[in-house]
Amino acid sequence: MSTQTKAIISWIVTFIVMLIITMPGLWVILSGFRPLQEILAKPAIWIPQRLTLDNFYAIFGIGETQIAIPVLAYFRNSIIIATTSTAIAIIVGISGGYAFARYRFKFKDTLFLGLMLSRTVPGIALSLPVFIVWARLGWIDTQFGLILVYVALNVPFTIWLIDGFFRQIPKELAEAAEVDGCTRWQAFWKIEFPLAKSGIASAGIFAFLTSWNEFALASNLTRSTNSKTLPVGLTDFIAQFTTDWAGMCAMAFIIIVPALILTFLVQKHLIAGLTFGGVKG
Amino acid sequence: MTEVSLSQVVKRYGQLEVVHAIDLEIRHSEFVVLVGPSGCGKSTTLRMIAGLEEISGGTIKIGDKVVNKLAPRDRNISMVFQNYALYPHMTVRDNLGFGLKIAKHPESEIQNRVEEAAEILGLGMLMDRLPAALSGGQRQRVAMGRAIVRNPDVFLFDEPLSNLDAKLRVQMRTEIKKLHKRVNNTIVYVTHDQVEAMTLADRIVIMRDGHIEQVGTPLEVFDHPVNTFVASFIGSPPMNQLEGKVVDGGKSGLQITLADNILIPVPKRSKNRVSVGQDITVGIRPDDLTPVGHGMKEDGETVSFDLTVSISEPLGTETILFSSIGAKEVQGKMLNPRPIELDERLTFNLAMDRVHLFDAASGQNVLGDANG
Repeated sequence: MSTQTKAIISWIVTFIVMLIITMPGLWVILSGFRPLQEILAKPAIWIPQRLTLDNFYAIFGIGETQIAIPVLAYFRNSIIIATTSTAIAIIVGISGGYAFARYRFKFKDTLFLGLMLSRTVPGIALSLPVFIVWARLGWIDTQFGLILVYVALNVPFTIWLIDGFFRQIPKELAEAAEVDGCTRWQAFWKIEFPLAKSGIASAGIFAFLTSWNEFALASNLTRSTNSKTLPVGLTDFIAQFTTDWAGMCAMAFIIIVPALILTFLVQKHLIAGLTFGGVKG
Repeated sequence: MTEVSLSQVVKRYGQLEVVHAIDLEIRHSEFVVLVGPSGCGKSTTLRMIAGLEEISGGTIKIGDKVVNKLAPRDRNISMVFQNYALYPHMTVRDNLGFGLKIAKHPESEIQNRVEEAAEILGLGMLMDRLPAALSGGQRQRVAMGRAIVRNPDVFLFDEPLSNLDAKLRVQMRTEIKKLHKRVNNTIVYVTHDQVEAMTLADRIVIMRDGHIEQVGTPLEVFDHPVNTFVASFIGSPPMNQLEGKVVDGGKSGLQITLADNILIPVPKRSKNRVSVGQDITVGIRPDDLTPVGHGMKEDGETVSFDLTVSISEPLGTETILFSSIGAKEVQGKMLNPRPIELDERLTFNLAMDRVHLFDAASGQNVLGDANG
């Protein structure tokens, strides 16, 4: 086989694989811009005949529409909950990861193992106990309640990831900085933190996406526009006898876009973060 | 004046004591090398001086100041690490100026001092590069530059050359010596390489298992090792150590029998320090075991015996000869070498005035007074 045919075959295979991966996402986005009739048509219409923004108008209650969904409130909730819980998870992750990477203390291994084991419990298994406790504390349908759940969900992961990055930074760098006149804190802030930045960014984006996309727990713990997040808002399109697929897809598009933008913004760090082993001091 | 003084310094990790109450006085502008096999506590000792390890007991003074509890930044020291520890996200210039910047020196002064250090070490062309874009030798130089820029009281070097290849190591060794001549600060230098220790040091501190075995100038520790450990550690190729026993040779006085019926007299200076029946380790430097006609000087008292040469390693100006006495391998040296045939039998001269005697049980030198 010539190298050219090999290249062509590998391109075809890559294309098929990429198609399988991107198809559902592509379908959701396309459907967001198509009228419901066309989505549900039988036989299926594969190539969109008509693209429209009507679904978006409907969601935002512009023009004549039957359903108006409080998208802005959901969006606000999602932003507040996801960013706050990510910020807290990152701060705790940095402190915890640094401590696990650098210090020796009692029950260190047990503690670390405990954190990891907590990740093996599926979040949904906790939903009932969390619901009962939250209900007693009056945290149901509050942003705070959901933030707390997401912090708990993300912290083991951020600690684990950031710990790995700090581990890869030779501890002599901080020592050299200390000899050079830094306090312990300055040595961390000026030397170790900038070097772990890509790891912290990776942890951040993962934590953000988890909080941003989470559905099961949020659907249990939220009730109204006080705290409902975008993924939970999607269920507003499901009525007793009908489902507004077009509206739902349009809203899914709204959910996907910020996550996509964020991922693109930190992509450089993500790649650096995943190939950190190649960088030597 | 910056002396460094350690008195009764102890380091424990939990129950494990790794440095046992060591005493050491380092004089102003002295170049002291701590040397020993890995795990002997030399790096730990250096790190205690730096303040990177807490001490578990004793006192460390830098100048007149007790520094036991001081943070590294308050000790006015600088340190060169084995892996250079350059800040990977800063250019060479920023690496050099980092300490001064932290100390909030004015920008213009930082620039001058960085330029000066860069010139001393020939870093001019590399100033705007990141450490990742430097070779091993260049990184080493930047690390040294970072140390001298702050003009500290004491320089600490922790095996700075062990990551370099052999040729570069020799070259950097010379540069470090030049640097010391130029800046004249007190230097404490840790290495496991005895050649480095010998070539660089004003005084060598030989450590083993958390104890200081001997402190002395390179020639002192070479010529008068206090015990078999120092004897075997210093010198290359290493000193031959043969087991023997003191016997009464009647008219010829006390003698030592070695394997293969070799008899050597006990040197006069140690007559009173050994007794008949004592087990003795005889230390012979390869330089002092030379084929007749191929030695350094043959005017002193010598003992001659024949040995079969099993392997020879020509090095140009000299050839290392491998043979054996009893079951023990011994190495000799042939100056002005000629080709050696396989299993050739040669008569060797042993320079008696340079033989070392150690008590076999304790390993301590029993030669008596160094000049005796």
